[in-house]
Amino acid sequence: MYSKLSVSLALIGAITFSVPAFAQDYNHHEDSHAVASHDTHDHTDLERGLDVKAQIKETIEHHLADSYEFTITEGVGFPLPVILFDEGLKVFSSSKFHHGESVAEVDGNHYVLHHSKIYKTDASGDLSMDEHHHPTNVMPLDFSITKNVFMILVMAGFMLFLFQRVAKAYQSDQTPKKAGRFLEPIIIYIRDEIAIPNIGEKHYKKYMSYLLTVFFFIWFMNLVGMTPLGINVTGNIAITFSLALITFIITQISGNKHYWQHILWMPGIPVILKPVMAIIEILGLFIKPFSLMMRLYANMLAGHVVIMSIIGLIFVFGSWLIAPAFFGLTLVLSLLEVLVAALQAYIFTMLTALYFGSAVEEHEHH
Amino acid sequence: MDKLIHDFSFGLFIWQLLVFVALIFLLKKYAWKPILDAVNAREESIEGALKAAEKAREEMKSLQSDNEAILKEAREERERILKEARDMKNKIVVEAKEAASAEADKTVAAAKATIEAEKKAAVFELKQQAAALSIEVAEKVLGQELSDANKQAEMIDKIIDDVKFN
Repeated sequence: MYSKLSVSLALIGAITFSVPAFAQDYNHHEDSHAVASHDTHDHTDLERGLDVKAQIKETIEHHLADSYEFTITEGVGFPLPVILFDEGLKVFSSSKFHHGESVAEVDGNHYVLHHSKIYKTDASGDLSMDEHHHPTNVMPLDFSITKNVFMILVMAGFMLFLFQRVAKAYQSDQTPKKAGRFLEPIIIYIRDEIAIPNIGEKHYKKYMSYLLTVFFFIWFMNLVGMTPLGINVTGNIAITFSLALITFIITQISGNKHYWQHILWMPGIPVILKPVMAIIEILGLFIKPFSLMMRLYANMLAGHVVIMSIIGLIFVFGSWLIAPAFFGLTLVLSLLEVLVAALQAYIFTMLTALYFGSAVEEHEHH
Repeated sequence: MDKLIHDFSFGLFIWQLLVFVALIFLLKKYAWKPILDAVNAREESIEGALKAAEKAREEMKSLQSDNEAILKEAREERERILKEARDMKNKIVVEAKEAASAEADKTVAAAKATIEAEKKAAVFELKQQAAALSIEVAEKVLGQELSDANKQAEMIDKIIDDVKFN
């Protein structure tokens, strides 16, 4: 049952990802071509190729970055609220930026979008750049409901809806119903194969809520990232940082006497080595969640980049003859990404459980 | 790395932190706790049911073995009683036979003794009668010839002794 479902999920994911992405990027290409040929009539093939490559790069970058509006496909989407703390709370619709083309004026303050970031500016919308081509203008404290924040909220709502329904189904009798039949084995798997072996029978219960939430959040978010909506939440460093931070904080709060003893004054080694080990262990304290953060971020980002690049290659070659081959490749890679989506969620949860386990482990042998 | 830090969105980080922590607690209350409790309760009830079934099976087994033991005992009891009855019968028969033969022996012995006594008496009487008869015969035969009584008696005794040998 699980494998059938996952395969069909994978297929749906792959097809929905691939097909509209084609259409979208093809439109892009057509537009750019039209614009290009309109501007200069004597474009060589090489220049055209470079043009397409640059455009693909831009499309990918745009896809990976967060955004102040929710774009479903080219020209179809809706603006999201911008919330700034800049001399008081400023709330306005991102439509004021006109897709980053104009300066937004709110209560006498002017803001401009530059590479998906909001900068404070004057009425002219000028930005002063430093040597790294980063604007030096003030960035107001930005708590906007961006596309990613919007997706987090949607996902939180969806998960609440889904899992409280699953929970309610248990009230009538003790068997899972509907979605619960699919989700219960996963929940039991996380309990029996991740939490109990790593944390131990005695302590695992209080960590279950976090482990389950983090697993399903990452997994669902990864899967949502497979849709052609251009959502890249788990491939965003701020998201993975906050997840890793929560793991880090819970680990340190849970740490018992033995855990800290092992870090600060490791038993069983010569005294002269103890301070050295303490330094290494303290470094390890931060490297562990850092690796969690980077692993998820890099894996999801790389998956998006690879798939989008392969789709982009169709336009680099500019031939519909080669398209079926790349379509097939995209399909296969999308299937792989569906696996990676679950795998990364599993790895994050597994390592989190492992860190919790090391914090609450009881060393009877010392 | 520079790009990574530059692209880091503090607002997104805060949102994620807040929403996620809220999500953990909400899901804990409305989903994870009820689900895990239900699953645990179910697992416990299944385990309980299995244990009860196992226990019932064992009880059944012990009952069966009890029954068998009782049956076996009853069979043995029956065998024993039958054997006792058989033994008793044999004993009675043997005793009866013995008693009967003893009685018969006694009767035979008594009969023999009586016969012997009767025989002796008869022989004695016969002798007496024979003697008397002999004397009579002799008296009649001899008559006067035997005037001396002593000589007569001597002769009679001699004759009687001769008769005894017969």
